[in-house]
Amino acid sequence: MAELDTSGGGKKGGGKVRTKKMSTRVDLTAMVDLAFLLITFFMLTTTLSKPQAMDLAMPDKEKTDEQQLTIADNRTMTILLGSGNRLEWYMGLVDKQLTPPTVEGYGKNGIRKAILDKSKEVVGITGDPKKGLIVLIKPSDKSNYRNLVDILDEMKISNVQTYAIVDISDPEIELLTRDGIYK
Amino acid sequence: MPRIKIARKSTAIDMTAMCDVAFLLLTFFILTATARQPEPLPVDTPASTVKIKLPDSDIATLTIGQGKVFFGIPGQDVRTLLLEKMSKQYGIQFTPEEIKRFSVMESFGVPIGNLKQIIALKGEERNKEGLQPGIPVDSVGVQPSELHQWIYQARYATKELHNVDMRISIKGDSKEEYPEIKKIIGILQDQNINKFSLITSLRGEDN
Repeated sequence: MAELDTSGGGKKGGGKVRTKKMSTRVDLTAMVDLAFLLITFFMLTTTLSKPQAMDLAMPDKEKTDEQQLTIADNRTMTILLGSGNRLEWYMGLVDKQLTPPTVEGYGKNGIRKAILDKSKEVVGITGDPKKGLIVLIKPSDKSNYRNLVDILDEMKISNVQTYAIVDISDPEIELLTRDGIYK
Repeated sequence: MPRIKIARKSTAIDMTAMCDVAFLLLTFFILTATARQPEPLPVDTPASTVKIKLPDSDIATLTIGQGKVFFGIPGQDVRTLLLEKMSKQYGIQFTPEEIKRFSVMESFGVPIGNLKQIIALKGEERNKEGLQPGIPVDSVGVQPSELHQWIYQARYATKELHNVDMRISIKGDSKEEYPEIKKIIGILQDQNINKFSLITSLRGEDN
């Protein structure tokens, strides 16, 4: 296979008839090919099959007065997870929204742009890179687990330091119902 | 004028050494590869861009899918102690044979009352889809739910044997509805577990 015919043509003339010595060399090319193929397979399956772990810290359930901190409402962004892989976000409080609630999808062309814009804007307002955007994630009963993981992943991608998963409130469910993503 | 002859060299290389190395590596990878355990509850985990690998030991896995919850914990010694603790808690006696069989079960999802039947089954039968109904997650009166007890006792068992805090990971199905997940997280938070891992598969950052 990998060996080229290098022998010169023609018969060698005369001489005694000798028993031909057979070469003991075996062509190992195919065997090496196979071995490397298997190595690649085992390497990829052992390292890639390990699942990834996303760490999640939930806020403490027991609320004491010391743990309640007041945060500026112009720093908070609320993301409501609705049905049909749609979400809705607004800045500020539910009864005092600073921006009108916007319905959007997940991923690069959806919420990510809004998060990146707002986190820049908030740093501009506070003038302190440490006082960045605070995101409240409120999954509704109609959202699924993938939505939750997607939005948490979005936090990692857009490097939002402060975020929390909070229970959704009734006015917010009304908001989702109004925009038709609570089915 | 005689032509200048270029000496033709053989293009064959000695591949013996290469072959040796290749097979040595192959053997190494085959031996270190861990066979994937069959799961009684197959789930489709959502993808994320996180690249942190899951640790191998002292981490319990709660598999959530189709409204069922399965519990799994690595380590035979931990499982043995866990079953002993649970049998004390619920007043159900297990024979040493049953404990031994339980200690090789990777994960399970039955109410404790039916555990004996599942233990008695063979491996393949046990992992048949739809056979195990999931661990009850609802608390009965003042008594905490069975899942709560399993997690609680497993934490004790891990601490006793390995002297480390048991970590908890949640392996949920993408389609699983949020209220179900919320219920599980609620059970964890009741035990003051506020930090846990979500198991995800890998994907690129662009989508």
